[in-house]
Amino acid sequence: MAEELVVKTGRPGMMRFTVPVVGGLGLILGFLTGNVVGAPWLGLILGALIGAVLGYGLNAMVPNKALGRWGVILVFALVGMLTGGLGGALGGAIIGAIISWFAYWIGRGTYRDDVPIYATPGQTLWWNFFLFLCGAIFIFLITPILVVMPLSFNAENFFTFTPEMLRLDPEGYSLKHYRDFFQTDDWQLALKNSLVIAPIATIISVSLGTLAAIGLSQSHVPGRRAIMAILISPMIVPLIISATGMFFFYSTLGNFLEGSIGMSKSLVGYIKVILAHAVLGIPFVIITVTATLVGFDRSLTRAAANMGADPVTTFFRVQMPLILPGVISGGLFAFITSFDEVVVVLFVGSAAQKTLPWQMFIGLREQISPTILAVATILVVISIALLTTVELLRRRSERLRGLSPG
Amino acid sequence: MTDNTAGPDHITGPTPDNALRDADRAAAGGPMLAADGTPLKKSLARALRRQKLRALGLIAPLLIFVLITFVIPIGDMLLRSIKNDIVADTLPRTVQSLSDWDAEAQDLPGEDVWTDFYIDMWFAAERKEHTRLGTRLNYELTGVSSLFRKTGRRVDRFDTDIYTDQFIALDPGWEEPQTWAAMLGDGPASDVLPLTAGAWEDWKAFNVEEGDKVLEEDVPDLMYTALYHELSQGADVSGLSDRLAAAGEAVGGFETVSLREQFADADEDWLDPEVWQIIQLYSPRVTPGYFANAADMQVTPDGVEARPENQRIYGMLFQRTLFMSLMITGSCILLGYPVAWLLANLPMRTANLLMILVLLPFWTSLLVRTSAWKVMLQQQGVINDVLVWLGLVADDARLTMINNQFGTIVAMTHILLPFMILPMYSVMQTIPPSYLRAAKSLGATNWTAFWRVYFPQSVPGIGAGSILVFILAIGYYITPEIVGGNTGTFISNRIAYHISSSLNWGLAAALGSILLVVVLVLYWAYDKIVGIDNVKLG
Repeated sequence: MAEELVVKTGRPGMMRFTVPVVGGLGLILGFLTGNVVGAPWLGLILGALIGAVLGYGLNAMVPNKALGRWGVILVFALVGMLTGGLGGALGGAIIGAIISWFAYWIGRGTYRDDVPIYATPGQTLWWNFFLFLCGAIFIFLITPILVVMPLSFNAENFFTFTPEMLRLDPEGYSLKHYRDFFQTDDWQLALKNSLVIAPIATIISVSLGTLAAIGLSQSHVPGRRAIMAILISPMIVPLIISATGMFFFYSTLGNFLEGSIGMSKSLVGYIKVILAHAVLGIPFVIITVTATLVGFDRSLTRAAANMGADPVTTFFRVQMPLILPGVISGGLFAFITSFDEVVVVLFVGSAAQKTLPWQMFIGLREQISPTILAVATILVVISIALLTTVELLRRRSERLRGLSPG
Repeated sequence: MTDNTAGPDHITGPTPDNALRDADRAAAGGPMLAADGTPLKKSLARALRRQKLRALGLIAPLLIFVLITFVIPIGDMLLRSIKNDIVADTLPRTVQSLSDWDAEAQDLPGEDVWTDFYIDMWFAAERKEHTRLGTRLNYELTGVSSLFRKTGRRVDRFDTDIYTDQFIALDPGWEEPQTWAAMLGDGPASDVLPLTAGAWEDWKAFNVEEGDKVLEEDVPDLMYTALYHELSQGADVSGLSDRLAAAGEAVGGFETVSLREQFADADEDWLDPEVWQIIQLYSPRVTPGYFANAADMQVTPDGVEARPENQRIYGMLFQRTLFMSLMITGSCILLGYPVAWLLANLPMRTANLLMILVLLPFWTSLLVRTSAWKVMLQQQGVINDVLVWLGLVADDARLTMINNQFGTIVAMTHILLPFMILPMYSVMQTIPPSYLRAAKSLGATNWTAFWRVYFPQSVPGIGAGSILVFILAIGYYITPEIVGGNTGTFISNRIAYHISSSLNWGLAAALGSILLVVVLVLYWAYDKIVGIDNVKLG
């Protein structure tokens, strides 16, 4: 028995396992690479051979993993450079990285690290297949967002990678779409509108939403369930229905504000869009703030009252600092809702209230310009910043409320 | 996403409510008194009431805000889907006189209706309302729009001026607006001649709208026509005024003009009973017509019946919306389950890192992701380029992956996947991994252990995620609009089309109401299964 265990935890058999498996991957990569240059079968055989040689060579002769991997990457990149220029070098380096990683991963038995020692080969295979599957899903999730970024530096007015871009030729890249974004009146108006509408809508939904969330978390609220259902409904009702309803109602409201009160047309337009966006952001504020309040220690407010603080002081000095992270992340959700929203603004607003998403939507439907991708890249950067903020706030909130140790 | 720990309603400790219950229990031995001498029960009840009021006071501003800016607009939309004021408002007289007309008989309506219709049309054309009415009725019967437009241009120039001339020839006083004003102002004449009096009131109102003085304007032909019509029908004007009596005597010998002929002259479609059937059918102020339309049916004099095969589109669109939403939900489950499992079972640190890959798409603008899929899927797009470059697909046989159902399903699966992963993840986090090990140690195979032990416990997560994704998918508009082409669009795209292009708002409202009912049923189910206040974000 003991002998068997040693065999299983040790390195897999070189000739029986490592060489054929790495050769197999080489075969597939070789076939694909061969296909590119038009000789798939030659590529297949060469790939299998190279894979087998690497599988043996790296594991048997290059114990220093970093050295082995960088060596393979360099050699593959050089070969790629000779056949396909800078782009070829990149492709070669990628293939080299994959095959050298795979060779060590298989050869050293790293692939068994995450499964229990008693797992059968079938279970190990399944586990690793499962990991690859999840990896593929993660790639599915993230690739579209990553692909947008390099394309936004396209020197041409296309949505596609040009041959120059693939060769990593500097000529193929430019900042002109960013210049376009910052210098076109249409885009600047849209940006300005977005920056006016979203913050005001956020302030409305956060202030009203926080008050209501505090009210909802009191111990006795008549009709709590029904109230909650109404307050969450803007998130659940499909946007197209909200937009349809608002389209009819807000045009009546707009006519009233313009006709009877005598407000200017553009001001009324902004009011309509801001009100619509504020109500769409409210469910997010309610949800995040009530979630924060669930962990709120009620004896703190009683202690404050006990020491003579009036309710307002208690709220601002005791309760507010503790629930602030929840309030801010609710506000960020509300902000991003408004900042991203396009259906309602299309229906309720007029051209003067054109927001960034609106302009992007028109761009996607009518004239397809990579300026959209430049804007998209900027927005991705903004969302990364927001995501980081929310994540940090969540951790801080958990720490404050003592939910997690770190 | 679920969190069933103590909600605010299950608080133990000294709250007024709990104290009240305690006091109830203790009340057996005579009333307990509070410090100020009032019975404890009463004073606690007062405190409880105050607490409830304070909670409501905090909620009230938001509740009112949401009611006004959201709930009322939706209610307004629901009303609009059955509201049909335009016919009754534009053609008030015609609607009334047409109500006795027997649509089945296939006869044209009588001269009464034609006279009423002439008066209504005249005012509608002056107010430019006839085109709107034509557009409205055109939804029900094609061709009515141009019929109304054409007639509106002609109705002013009908040959009814022969009545005008004959009345004036009889007595020049008829030319003066003052005569009419004095005659129809009030008193018995307006009772005897209701049609004429009503037309006069409308004429006065019209002049007020235009800012004109009715006494300075020429009396329009339609007044003489109305008067002639009523006199010739034998209105009893004896003893009213000499002028009227004289006119009543004389009308028998007047030269006449047939309004029916005049309308037929403007457009011979007026002789088609079907037009009149449609006007009669849509004269009520509330109509099931839009809903019938949304269900591929039409309202006919015999009741509601299905439309001809080639005019049915909404049933197909609803089916397609449901089918595609189910496909999207299904593929989200398939892709989300492994990822959620992995995230729930990895060490915290790694899981948090991988979580970023899920949250980043969640936080990225919808339009960014949609444009990214356009970049990926189009014929000259990244996926096709890679496939061609690898030689797997010939350059002239690039795959069509966009502007069809495939494109919509792929893009929306990507967009909605985080909404599936997050609830699944939070449910799976609560399943102890030791259960699986226990099952295996008791002899279960891998599959049995998963299927009989793990999977049933993860079903709430699947349920929560599925309902959420399905609700979001069924009402999607932007993504199908951009990547859906003709075959990949949803019912929401049709709603948007009716709002902004065809301007058939009633139908858009009816389609929206049907969709809303579906979503609300799902929302209710979600509330029952997951509990709406247990939704968590991020």
